[in-house]
Amino acid sequence: MNNLISNYFRKDSEAAPLAVFRIFFGIMMFGSILRFWLNGWIEKLYIAPDFFFSYYGFEWVKPLGNFTYILFLLCGISALMIAFGYKYRLATITFFLSFTYIELMDKTTYLNHYYFISILGFLLIFLPASSYFSVDAYRDPKKAFQRVPSWCIDSIKLLLAMVYFYAGLAKINSDWLFRAMPLKIWLPSNYDLPLLGDLLQQEWVHYFFSWTGMIYDLAIPFLLFFRKTRRLAFVLVVVFHVLTRILFPIGMFPYIMIVSALIFFDTGLHHKILQKISSLIKISKSRFDNAKTFHYLPKKRKILLSFLSLFFLIQFLFPWRYLLYPGELFWTEEGFRFSWRVMLMEKAGYAQFRIVDRENGKSFYVNNGNFLTPFQEKQMSFQPDFILQYAHFLGDHYRKKGIEQVEVYVDSHVALNGRKSTPFINPRVNLLEHQDTFRQKTFILPFNDTIKGL
Amino acid sequence: MFKKLGIIFFVVVGVVSCNSDDGGKESPEGSFDRGAMLVNWADNIIIPSYEAFAETTEDLKNSVAVFNGDPSAENLESLRDAYEEAYLAYQTVAPFRIGKAESTNYHRFLNIYPASAATIQNNIESNSYNLELPSSVDEQGFPAVDFLINGLGATDAATVEFYTSNGNAAVYQQYLLDVATRIDALTDVVLNDWKTSYRDVFVNNTSSSSTGAVDIFTNDYIMYYEMLLRSGKIGIPAGAFIGNPAPETAEAYYSDGLSKELYLKALTTVQDFFNGKHFNGSGSGPSYKQYLDYLNTVKGGADLSALINEQFENIRELSSGLDPDLAEQVRTNNTLMLQVFDALQKNVVLLKIDMLQALDISIDYVDSDGD
Repeated sequence: MNNLISNYFRKDSEAAPLAVFRIFFGIMMFGSILRFWLNGWIEKLYIAPDFFFSYYGFEWVKPLGNFTYILFLLCGISALMIAFGYKYRLATITFFLSFTYIELMDKTTYLNHYYFISILGFLLIFLPASSYFSVDAYRDPKKAFQRVPSWCIDSIKLLLAMVYFYAGLAKINSDWLFRAMPLKIWLPSNYDLPLLGDLLQQEWVHYFFSWTGMIYDLAIPFLLFFRKTRRLAFVLVVVFHVLTRILFPIGMFPYIMIVSALIFFDTGLHHKILQKISSLIKISKSRFDNAKTFHYLPKKRKILLSFLSLFFLIQFLFPWRYLLYPGELFWTEEGFRFSWRVMLMEKAGYAQFRIVDRENGKSFYVNNGNFLTPFQEKQMSFQPDFILQYAHFLGDHYRKKGIEQVEVYVDSHVALNGRKSTPFINPRVNLLEHQDTFRQKTFILPFNDTIKGL
Repeated sequence: MFKKLGIIFFVVVGVVSCNSDDGGKESPEGSFDRGAMLVNWADNIIIPSYEAFAETTEDLKNSVAVFNGDPSAENLESLRDAYEEAYLAYQTVAPFRIGKAESTNYHRFLNIYPASAATIQNNIESNSYNLELPSSVDEQGFPAVDFLINGLGATDAATVEFYTSNGNAAVYQQYLLDVATRIDALTDVVLNDWKTSYRDVFVNNTSSSSTGAVDIFTNDYIMYYEMLLRSGKIGIPAGAFIGNPAPETAEAYYSDGLSKELYLKALTTVQDFFNGKHFNGSGSGPSYKQYLDYLNTVKGGADLSALINEQFENIRELSSGLDPDLAEQVRTNNTLMLQVFDALQKNVVLLKIDMLQALDISIDYVDSDGD
């Protein structure tokens, strides 16, 4: 067994798939940043708001005012540098840091796929993705290698497979499979789609989409892995993601996943793609075909492999942390994020905060619009950690306004997956008496239903 | 291989982009027809409401002219009747904010209260004002008329003096007429737009996206209920957001016992709209109630439309105990006012969370990506 493993880690293969992945990843990221900018979202999400929701432990990460644009610029440029394979190490480190910083600025905008980009960007720092078909390799033949260790390519496949598989596991629950929720809410509202519009009104279609979605997510890593099913798998990848793009406001993610899935293909395809690019930009691809193999220094290799093993171990375990919390995960969202729980819930809430001055017993309600953007208010109203953080912000705000003995209560209702809205946070709890921790949040009222499954 | 995939990709992407400009598609049988709902809203509710309201604003304008021609206590009384009638009729159009009403800031010019009495008097004394300025919203509209005919003097005789013997009597007359004329003119602009072009734009915009008429209108409708009805008419005078009652912020503050009637009219308007009830008629057509009932047959679960109507009835019952003058209510028994606020709040939850979730409509301005 040990032998098998060490043999595997000594195997090498063509670097072309890694190069193609690097190029497409860089271009996609550049496009995403550009799109974000052009949509005016930098201003709207990171400059206009007065208050930002921080991740636990990352309270020091804040938007930088107008310098936030510089941050995005840096991120966009480094993405392009990755695509070109120019100063690759510097580019990947810059990209990872700037992108992650952006995501940490406000958890209102949290999306699983942003997290995916962050950890993928992190992984890329350590992979020799610029050793082939890159500016670095072009300029310095010493840095050019036609072959790289196989595990370098496989690590990206593993990460992709993990995202799909965990997304599939998360769908094994009674709401998704036996109530066809939330698709039953989301699909009918696409009534104006040509061809599909009428179909999406049918109940059996909701169940069909739910079940095939679950099976797709669980099976696709394996279908992509085996050569015999690979083409079929890729067709499925394209159909699935384009469909999600049509049905849901999902941004660039479908395209990123489609392009990323190319890495599962044999090197023939990648050489063809690189040949196309070569003739397009009129360079000679053969210049990179030097038959040399990239090797990490033995010591470095050992450290790196242990480090990346740990990285993957954490990735594999982290989504299961929700098991440590009692209560329904969809309701409390304790351990919900960073776990590939994608498009699983239709959840909305309404939170009315009440400020009490204990000195004179007077109380009044807060107009959330005075402090939060509509987007922030929407996200805050059904996520307990947001509610708690906002309550502390309100406490500080009114303490500064002269209410020394301030207490903050919230009257909140949440509706989950088409259930009637019910009270969410205990309205008799002064939220200032609670701090945000990784412990169970006792001020969340119990969920009056059960969702079975993982 | 690559080519084939490319073809698949572009075909499917093609379908997406075709979709985006496919607006007025007929809904199939068996599914809920949003187009028919928009038609019912426009033809049976919104436009008739604006038409009826426009008549009352015309009356108001004419009554001001009559009063200015002969500023007597008697003519003041009939002007007051015209004002009350128009203000009540305004409550039947107040939730309808889409279209010209939105682009011209119509509702802000008609009913931002409290009016700034000091600015109005300053305007008159200096005889210089521009009611078209966005900053002048609290110097005009119904709250300004209220102040000018009910707030100047303690008695009718004292009020009439401002329009007769006062040194600025001519300016007082002119200001009152300008305000009434502007209410009427702005209303005509909105109504004409509905009648000439906007009606078709509205009913044909059946898109499911956030720019579709149903989405935009519904956001406005709920915003109106939450911010202008619940907060504006009840919550703010009751001091729900500051902790102390603020009677001077009640609607129609200078009128004698009009504010409760205005509030109840607004409440009825919101509920009738929810149920698709035709304006001033006995019939009804598709609206939120019918849409929710249709979706409920698909999804099962709680009978949301019944819950919402039930809560409207609870609110009405509780509100019946209110003093006709809400400012007076706030001064004497603010607890009841806060109870009404809480009752109104319950329907904010049902409308804003449960109904929007069932309809799969997202809250305004939230256009970022999902997972």
